[in-house]
Amino acid sequence: MVKNKNISVVLGVIGADVHAVGNRILHHALGEAGFEVINIGVMASQEEFINAAIETNANVIVVSSLYGHGEIDCRGLKEKTVEAGLDNVKLYVGGNLVVGKQDWKETEKKFINMGFDRAYPPGTMPQDVIDDINKDFMIAQE
Amino acid sequence: MSLALLIDFGSTYTKVSVVDLDQETIVATARARTTVEKNIMEGLLQAKDKAEQQLGCQPEYKYKLACSSAAGGLRIVAVGLVKDLTVEAAKQAALGAGARVLGVYAHELSIQEINEIESAKPEIVLLAGGTDGGNKDVILHNARMMAESIVKPTIIVAGNKVVAEEAKQILTKAGKEALITENVLPELEKLNVIPARRLIRQVFLETIIAAKGLKRAEAFIERILMPTPAAVLNAAQLLSTGCEGEQGLGDLVVVDIGGATTDVHSLAEGLPTRSGVSYRGLPQPFAKRTVEGDLGMRVSATSLLETINQKEFEKLTNVHIDRVKKYINDVHNNYSLLPQDEEELKIETAMATYCAGMAVERHVGTLEVVWTPFGASYVQHGKDLTETPYVIGTGGVIVEHSQPKEILQSTLFNEEDPTLLKPRKPEFLLDESYIMASMGLLAEVEPEKSLRIMKKYIVSIQELGVRSQNSQ
Ligand code: B12
Repeated sequence: MVKNKNISVVLGVIGADVHAVGNRILHHALGEAGFEVINIGVMASQEEFINAAIETNANVIVVSSLYGHGEIDCRGLKEKTVEAGLDNVKLYVGGNLVVGKQDWKETEKKFINMGFDRAYPPGTMPQDVIDDINKDFMIAQE
Repeated sequence: MSLALLIDFGSTYTKVSVVDLDQETIVATARARTTVEKNIMEGLLQAKDKAEQQLGCQPEYKYKLACSSAAGGLRIVAVGLVKDLTVEAAKQAALGAGARVLGVYAHELSIQEINEIESAKPEIVLLAGGTDGGNKDVILHNARMMAESIVKPTIIVAGNKVVAEEAKQILTKAGKEALITENVLPELEKLNVIPARRLIRQVFLETIIAAKGLKRAEAFIERILMPTPAAVLNAAQLLSTGCEGEQGLGDLVVVDIGGATTDVHSLAEGLPTRSGVSYRGLPQPFAKRTVEGDLGMRVSATSLLETINQKEFEKLTNVHIDRVKKYINDVHNNYSLLPQDEEELKIETAMATYCAGMAVERHVGTLEVVWTPFGASYVQHGKDLTETPYVIGTGGVIVEHSQPKEILQSTLFNEEDPTLLKPRKPEFLLDESYIMASMGLLAEVEPEKSLRIMKKYIVSIQELGVRSQNSQ
């Protein structure tokens, strides 16, 4: 069991993306892992991610993008978090970030350059995100 | 015969209605000028005398209850963190408590903003910010700014519960009156305005009434229960949801066109009615009130004129714009003026039509079309009221107007602007005897009777037929 009650995660599907199933699964998995989950759901704008993180004092923002337009939707998000005083908030992104099958290393680089702390290839399991949050916040495992 | 005397101290008129509680009928209504500057009782006694002349006796009353919007109403400033989140939640709480919201502030208050708040002279500052366990710094900063300022109002802390006590301490140590209630937005998806509304009302009862010179009236009546807009919202809520022993009407919208403001109350969840529409933004309170300070028939007549498209207004009334301007200036300067001829009546009607239409437009939610590479997606902000079955008109102008239907027509959905989620095919009802505020009071002691009386006296406009032109 991990003790991570003090970590809050803002979760949402960015842009005009309506794929709701993965979002619900992630919500459930992160909640089970003991995190405080603030799920803003599908079709979430960058502003909504930022506002939610401000009010809730979030530690991590987990962005999903499933419909292949993640790159356009995610541009500028990092800059906005800096502007909003959220410099310490970790940014993760995953789902189906680009259209079709492109070289993952290239895609990952793109998102890291955009300011994301972690980017995940399609098919990543929720447990990987949980482990990474624990790692990033050095939560003691019992 | 058991009677209730229900009083509404308005900014201009003190209105009384007498209810026969056994028959569940309105047996007398009367009004007189509000006399809050000198002695609030003068106006009340005049109105009561008039009502008792109609009754032909001076009975004992089982209940004497009042609401008030006299002496400037209940003045509140709302402070939060993010504009669309805790600021909006705090504003909703204040409006639902029947307040006049003088200003709203987001993020860390600056010195200039503190100066603004000081000069606005609110009676209550509602201090929100942060979800429970969320941001702590901003609400504490704002408490400190307020502590160092010369603001005198009662400060209600309704923010992040983790630091609510600390914020209160900061304020009380500086000699401010500070109280705590539950967070208006404990979680992002959970609006929680009721506890704050309740506390606002309590502060109104305990401290503000005395400060407004309304205390004298309390020797005569039992209690001034609430601000008038809160009474109207209370009545609307009862009429919508019903009570034990009596069913309500279900979802409804109330449009209250006044001299200074136009209020819209909606009693509806307002979730998307079409499939494929995603709801975004703060959850909506079931009982929602919005107030338009620039839309009114007398005090705000000139600001109404500034808001409206003059060409369109001219076309609608068929009256020359100079005549329109003159009439509007006249009624602005003399609140008790009434239309004297056909043209003035047309202007008055058009003014009310605009007030109702625009106030509802600002109240309802919007549908935003988001174009994606794969076609259109729809995002809804605010309430979808397209399927709301009832729209109720109230307020001096509309209840006395010969064609209330014409006025309410402007509240309808417009195919030319399908992004505004106004009611499509509601039935129009009229608060013909102008009793909603009174019934909101009666609801506190006799909800079932109050509801049945409303169902009897709030009538379908279709059934009204043509009302006489001179009922004014
Ligand atoms: C169901 C579905 C739909 C439904 C969605 C219904 C709904 N409201 O949820 C509908 C019919 C609406 C739909 C529409 C579209 N869809 Co679709 N859809 C699917 C489908 C078949 C299943 C999605 C699903 O629910 N999967 C199950 C869940 C559990 O998995 P998941 O969503 O991938 O989420 C998991 C992981 O991705 C991961 N994850 C997600 N986010 C994150 C974030 C982080 C940080 C991490 C680590 C992990 C992570 O964890 C989740 C849980 O395990 C997929 C194909 C597929 N088999 O995946 C296509 C798919 C996602 N859709 C696709 C497309 C193209 C579309 C449309 C553009 C089609 C069109 N031309 O109209 C539209 C877009 C509409 C819009 N505006 O969003 C493509 C995307 C292509 C791409 N990105 O390269 C897919 C992959 C199909 C395909 N192979 O072409 N779709």
